Amino acid sequence: MTRQDERFRVTAEPLDTGGAAKLVSAPDCGAVITFVGLVRDHNVGRRVLWLEYEAYDRLALKAFAQIDEEARDRWPSVRLAIHHRTGRVEIGEASITIAAASAHRADAFGASRYAIERIKQIAPIWKHEHFEGGDAWIEGATADPHDQAARQTALERACS
Amino acid sequence: MLVTIRLFARLREIAGASELERTLPDDATAHTAWDALVSEFPAMAGYAAAVSCAVNQEYTRLTATLTDGDEVAFLPPVSGG
Repeated sequence: MTRQDERFRVTAEPLDTGGAAKLVSAPDCGAVITFVGLVRDHNVGRRVLWLEYEAYDRLALKAFAQIDEEARDRWPSVRLAIHHRTGRVEIGEASITIAAASAHRADAFGASRYAIERIKQIAPIWKHEHFEGGDAWIEGATADPHDQAARQTALERACS
Repeated sequence: MLVTIRLFARLREIAGASELERTLPDDATAHTAWDALVSEFPAMAGYAAAVSCAVNQEYTRLTATLTDGDEVAFLPPVSGG
């Protein structure tokens, strides 16, 4: 595995945010932003017990690489690492970590926000919510990486 | 032709399998594979307007033509992050 490949990961192991940040840091970087998505104990009025994540690993890795390319279209100096957890993830544990490094902080902030918005749109990953009294698959966006309007929405959120 | 169909999340549960092998006509598209699935598992019909498709680990349209040995994946709406 090259260093490049390690930036994108789908794993059943606990995530290492510091490790992700190191993968993208370089002497020309003035900022690294890390975003950590956590499993929350409530959702739409339900008491959540844990989440189970399922992924189409190989396609997810390609989606992460595409998101990295898209981010560099807008913020050319940015380098992203995206690591996503699969399997059972407990309350308070990290389900995703994104590290964005760039020469200046504004680009890293923008790219990290863009990455999480795009992941929610196009990464082939699903959460199965186990809550008090039942369980349910959470179904969000119909994944379409060619949908330019969705991409624009993610950009607007990142730049707001 | 023989194709491998990959299913995820709720679609996997409906089929009771994450992977199926099915024989399709030689001029089959991804849509042909989807229609075959819905015939076999009518509970999938509700996903017709929301499903995404990938062939050989690349997102594609349902109009994509298939070839022997392809891996066709049907994806319900995603919820990563």
